[in-house]
This record gives sequence, structure tokens and C-alpha cells, in this order.
Amino acid sequence: MSETVKEPEAAASGVETLDVKPVNAKENRALYEARKKIHPKRAEGFFRKFKWFIMAITLAVYYITPWLRWDRGSGSPDQAVLLDLENRRFYFFFIEIWPHEFYYIAGLLVMAGIGLFLITSTLGRAWCGYTCPQTVWVDLFLVVERFFEGDRNARIKLDKAPMNASKFGKRLSKHIVWILIAISTGGAWVFYFADAPTLFFELLFGHAAAGYYITVAALAGATYIFGGFMREQVCTYMCPWPRIQIAMLDENSLTVTYNAWRGENRARHAKQMRKKGEPVGDCVDCNACVAVCPMGIDIRDGQQLECITCALCIDACDNVMEKLGLEKGLIAYSTLDEYTANMQLAGASGSITDIVSSAVYPQIKPDRIRDKAGKLKDTITHTTWRTLFRPRTYVYMAIYSAIGLALAVVMANRNTLEMNIIHDRNPLFVTLSDGSIRNGFEVKILNMHGEPRTFRVETTGLTNAKMKISGSQKSPTESVIVKVETNKMRALKLFVTLPSDDITSKKIGFSFKVTEQGKDISASTSANFEAPEKYSK
Amino acid sequence: MAEQEIDEVTGVQTTGHEWDGIKELDNPMPRWWLWSFYASIIFSIGYMLYYPAIPLLEGSTMGYSGKTNRSELKLEMAAASSAKAEKIALLNNTELGDIQKNEDLSRFAVAGGSSLFKVYCTQCHGSGAQGAPGYPNLNDDDWLWGGDLETIYTTIKHGVRNGEDDEARESQMPSFGGDETLKREEITAVVEYVMKLSKQDHDAKLAAVGEPIFAEQCTACHGDNATGGREFGAPNLVDAISLYGHTRVTMVSQISKPKHGVMPAWIEKLGEANIKQLAIYVHSLGGGEKAKSE
Repeated sequence: MSETVKEPEAAASGVETLDVKPVNAKENRALYEARKKIHPKRAEGFFRKFKWFIMAITLAVYYITPWLRWDRGSGSPDQAVLLDLENRRFYFFFIEIWPHEFYYIAGLLVMAGIGLFLITSTLGRAWCGYTCPQTVWVDLFLVVERFFEGDRNARIKLDKAPMNASKFGKRLSKHIVWILIAISTGGAWVFYFADAPTLFFELLFGHAAAGYYITVAALAGATYIFGGFMREQVCTYMCPWPRIQIAMLDENSLTVTYNAWRGENRARHAKQMRKKGEPVGDCVDCNACVAVCPMGIDIRDGQQLECITCALCIDACDNVMEKLGLEKGLIAYSTLDEYTANMQLAGASGSITDIVSSAVYPQIKPDRIRDKAGKLKDTITHTTWRTLFRPRTYVYMAIYSAIGLALAVVMANRNTLEMNIIHDRNPLFVTLSDGSIRNGFEVKILNMHGEPRTFRVETTGLTNAKMKISGSQKSPTESVIVKVETNKMRALKLFVTLPSDDITSKKIGFSFKVTEQGKDISASTSANFEAPEKYSK
Repeated sequence: MAEQEIDEVTGVQTTGHEWDGIKELDNPMPRWWLWSFYASIIFSIGYMLYYPAIPLLEGSTMGYSGKTNRSELKLEMAAASSAKAEKIALLNNTELGDIQKNEDLSRFAVAGGSSLFKVYCTQCHGSGAQGAPGYPNLNDDDWLWGGDLETIYTTIKHGVRNGEDDEARESQMPSFGGDETLKREEITAVVEYVMKLSKQDHDAKLAAVGEPIFAEQCTACHGDNATGGREFGAPNLVDAISLYGHTRVTMVSQISKPKHGVMPAWIEKLGEANIKQLAIYVHSLGGGEKAKSE
């Protein structure tokens, strides 16, 4: 099945023609059919190298980040990135976010969304092809599979072979390494939620809370199943993102494209065809592009939902073109505009729907794109960075930077002091024996700072108001002094009393003001002083 | 069995069911669905063996775990009270004043007192302790029997005029109208005098008539200046707060045939630690007074 069919002509230039079917191509897909396993062949070339590089970076970021330290002084955790759910704090290097400041996260999420629009409208499905965890971990799992079971042909052979000691050994080793990767993946995740070194030993010796083990097990299971078994099905059937991304692509977005205008008409026996005077394109139909595809499609069928634009078929095809002595880029990153222009140049003039359909291939005349010497003509359209920058791109960039700038400004001016006031509802007010009226307030002072601080709380907008902290034995005074610990919120019950003569209405608006002792840092919150009906004007 | 029919377009056998010419194809169930179905059957067997499941004439099979909602509640309640046990013991062994000085214990007492108050006290004193006519407001600084921690504690512990507890607060205002100690006009005059004392609109003539009656009949309990007497639980009559209301009608009625508030003694029902928590909570509401010794 996988034997190489050596064509006389292809063999001369060292190109193997592979017998491989794109299992997920449209015509091979039946609704009730079980999944057919894909055995992607190892690719070599620029994009493969680039993908190794991206994989190294993304995995390193994921595994190493929780172990980075960041000194925030005593009383605060020293983990650089920490989602402290228990104390409801989010630490990101120099940034510390309290739950009520969630708008920072919302802002970052909006930026991430716009960023994806920007990337997708210009570079196409770059997220899917390079940085999506599913892509990265499937790649990693394939490396392990290839290490133990060999490349495509060896794996197909092994799948068919009866179970014996050697096969069992290979399979066992593969699954053990997969499971180890899966566990460390799930394991790394929980380190973002607690002090990593402490949790590591707790997990190791079985002292950690059950929630951690359950999380690690669930994520390890998901990694093992998604990376080892489900693979391309996750992208095609489970993930909503490909479908959303497709809506964001336009005729100027980069996609991995089979340049039919120079590839067609494809021929395995090009020389014989040429002798007969039939038009022959560059594609020798060697199926190298199909063999390397992790999604099981044939890129020559045109742009497809399944294609994650991992660009491995570009590598595979470029290697073949090199051996044939032809220009690289039969399969290349290209835009629909470029493709259309070149198709029309090659003689397949017509509407876009016509151009992207293989029905027009017979109309393609190779001599219209190549000069007498066999070189590609200068009239061929090429995608440059200029075509990628268009009004849409600028709008996305403007929104992206505007939100980023706004967040940075807000972050830079972030107040490390905040106050929240809740008026007592029951009772709304209390009449005291001398006729004065007392209101109760729940005052919360947030010290979002790396040191304990002392604050003075006072009222503005009330005449002769006196206040007292509940439980305090002191007489009411004009202001109270409150100490708040590092990075803590302090809640106090505060009683504010107003003499009967100073009450001008049954509801008096005023403000609470909190000021750091000896400093110019303050915050204020408005509140109402409630009095009985008889004070209404 | 009927003859099998194969659908031409799909090549799939039909079920033989037909509606208006539309035939149902006998496609297999999706495998993920079947697996989930089988898995849930296996799960249900385990569930049935582990948890109470099959209803019997009385109760049900108890399952391997023996757990029911009721037994779990019992465990949770036990766990909650054992979690509090240490603090409760500390409350039992600490003087009231010292509890208030211990910030942590004081916060525990206020929180505990607040929930106790909601269960046992709100029926009369209201959910915000704001009181009602005849039921004192506990937020203000006007106290019938005294507002320092120790006194509040004693009042809650033994109650008021309940006839059960020997140490309950006792006092009785004479029924001036009922036993005809005072005539109707005299009562009206005393009311006008009290209105004058509490600086409200009053008939000066009648008040002058009421003054000597008040001095004779009322000062023994309410004091010479009508500022009340805490040893008798006699209310202050000159301040802005009134137990039954500041109107002439309520005052005439209260002098003629006085009502007397009753409060249960809580020590038997709640125990020492809870009474202490309640006292600290009530004291924290804003009207709490300093201890007498300080």
C-alpha cells in the first residue's frame, strides 16, 4: 500500500511518487465512517525548522513561567505569574490585580480578540498552524511516535503487523512517554494557581489538595487523548475557531496555496506527454504534499476547512521542486488575489468560483507563464508585504494599540487605595436620646500596596458630623485613624452621628474621604445620610 | 420479518417506517453516543450499589456508603460545631470585657451573636434590632436596664418579668387609671407636664397642674428630672426616644393601664457562650456603654 512506485522519469531526478490517499479529502469522507488513521511523514525544510523553533518557545513559556520568581516584598507571594484564587489576586510580574479590577483582564481579552483578527486577516490561520496548543502537542506526540515506531512507512507496517514482543515494546514505550508528557502538561497547569515549588513537593508526596490531583488528571487525560488519538479531529469537529477564522479571511489574507496555474496539468509521465505535445505543468503528482499532511487532506484540492496552514506541504513540495530543478513555491503562502491574477494569466480566465475549481485545469497553458528558456515570466503576480497592509489591517492595528495604550495609562495611574461604602439598610437611621441621628456604614478600605499603611477617614459635606468605629470605647470624633495591612482589605462598621439642628433634609449627600497619613494619597466615595421623615423640607 | 428494503440513494437499509412517503433510514447510532450510553448503565449499577437507591416499604436500601442527605447533614453540623468548639470553649472561660479586647474572639462573637440574634431575638426586636412600640430599639443609646456589656449580658441571661427566672428584671408601674389613684383629668395634666419635660408642644396651664402630681406619684421611679431609673427599668421621659410613643394617646394609655414588656430568660436555652456572643453583638450595635468600673 505504501510502497513507493518508482516512475522511470521521477527516479532519474530522485523524486519518489508516494501511494497515499488524502483520507479527509471531500470525496473520501463519509458521514458514518470511522476515522481513518493518518500517518504523517516527516517533513524537512524552512517551515519545519520554524515550527520546531515555535514549539520550543511555546513549550518553554508554558512549562517554565510558573517557576519564575519576582520579589514583591514580604507578605506577598514571590511567584512572577500567579492566579491566587484563594486570596483572589492575580500577579503578573510587576502587575497585581484585585478582583474588582477585572476590567484589565477584559481589556487584555479584547486585545487578544482584535490581535487574532489582525493576524488572521493578514497571515491567515497562523494561530492554528504554529501556536495552537493542539498543534504544538500533536507535533510533540508525533515526534515521540516517530522516535519509537519510525516514519510513515514503518508506522503503517507496524500497524498492520501482528502483535509480538517487538511491536508491544514499541507501543508500550510510546504510550509511556505520551503519558509522561501528558502528566507534566497537566502538572504545569496547576503551578499557575499556587506556589510552584511548594506545590511540586506536595504533589509528589501526596499532600496536595484533591482538586490539584483531579485537575492534573483531567488535563493529562485530555492531553493524552487529544494529542495521541483524536488529533486532527479536534480541529475539524470540536474546535469552533476554524469556522470563525474562515469568516475573517479575505482575498488578501495569506493561505497555503497550491499554485495550480504552474502545477497543472499535473503529470506523472511529463516527458512522454511533452513528446506528444500536450501541455504539462510542474506538478509531478508525487503526493509528497499529501504524505506530510497531519490533517489528511490534499492541498491541491484548494483551500479547505481542515487545513491548519502548518505549511509542511510547502516544505515537502519545495524539496521535490529542488530535485526537479524547478523554482520553489509550487505550493506556497499566497493570497486569493494573487492566485486569481496568475490563473487568469495562465489562461483560465473566468469568475473566482471557476478559477478555484479543478474544472478549469485543462484551460491552463504552461507556455503563458514560462518564457522560451523555461523561466517563470516577470508578469506573474507576487504577494508582497504591501498587499497585506490594507485599510482593514490598519483599523485592527489602531483598535489594538488604542486599547493597549488605554490599559497602559490606566495601569500607570492605578490607585493603590480604594474605598467602598455600604449604607446600613436595617435600620436606615437611629434616633439617639439627645435627638441626634446616627447612620451606620460598612466601610471597606483596600490597601493595594506592598506595605502596611495608616489612613485617616473623615466626612466631607456634613456639618458637625462625628464618627465612631463600632466596638470602640472612644467618644465619637471628627475623623478616625485606621491601619490596613499589606495587600489587604479592611472592613469596619462606622457610625456617623449628626446633631438634630444640622440635619437639613431627610437625605443629605456627602462623601467619605480616606487619606494616607502624612501623604497626599487619598480616595473618596459618595454616600447619603438618611434621617427621619420629619426632616424633609 | 418483513422484507428488508434498501434505500437507493444512500444504500442504507430502511426501518420500514413511512410517513407521507418519507422513509426512515436504519443508520447506526453514533458510537460516541452508544459508548456514553453503556458507560452510564455501568455507572448506574455502581451508583445503585453505593448510594441509597431502591425504595422499600419502609425507607430504602442503604447502599454500601450508608450515606443519606440526613446523615450527611448530621455530619456537617457536627463538623461545624467541632470547628467552632475551640472558640466556644474560649468564650466560656473568658470574661466579657476580655473577649472584647481580643480582636479575633470579638469578631467571632459579633458574627455568632448576629446569627443567634436573627434566630432568637428578631421576633420582638426586629431583624435590624430596631425594635417596635413596646420592644426596645437596641441600636440607640437609651437603655431601660443599662447598656454596658455586663448589664446587657445579665438582661439577656435572666430576661425581664418572665416569672420563671428568680433573677429576672422585675418592676411594675402602677395602674394609675385602673385602680383610680389618679383621676382622668390628673392623668391628662401629667401627660402635658411630661410633654413639657421632653420639650414638645404642650398646654402650659395643664402642665403646671401636672407638675406636683408628677413629683408626688412618678419621681420615685422616673427620677426628679424624669430621666428614668435603671434599677427599676423606668424609662427616661425627657429624651427623644420613647418606648411606646411620644403621643398624648400612648402616654395616657401607658399611665392609665401600663403595659409591661416581658422577655424570656435565655440562659437555659442558649447557654453561657451564646449569651456572651449575643451581649457583645448587641453592645456593638452602636449604643453600647462603657463598663461601670472604667
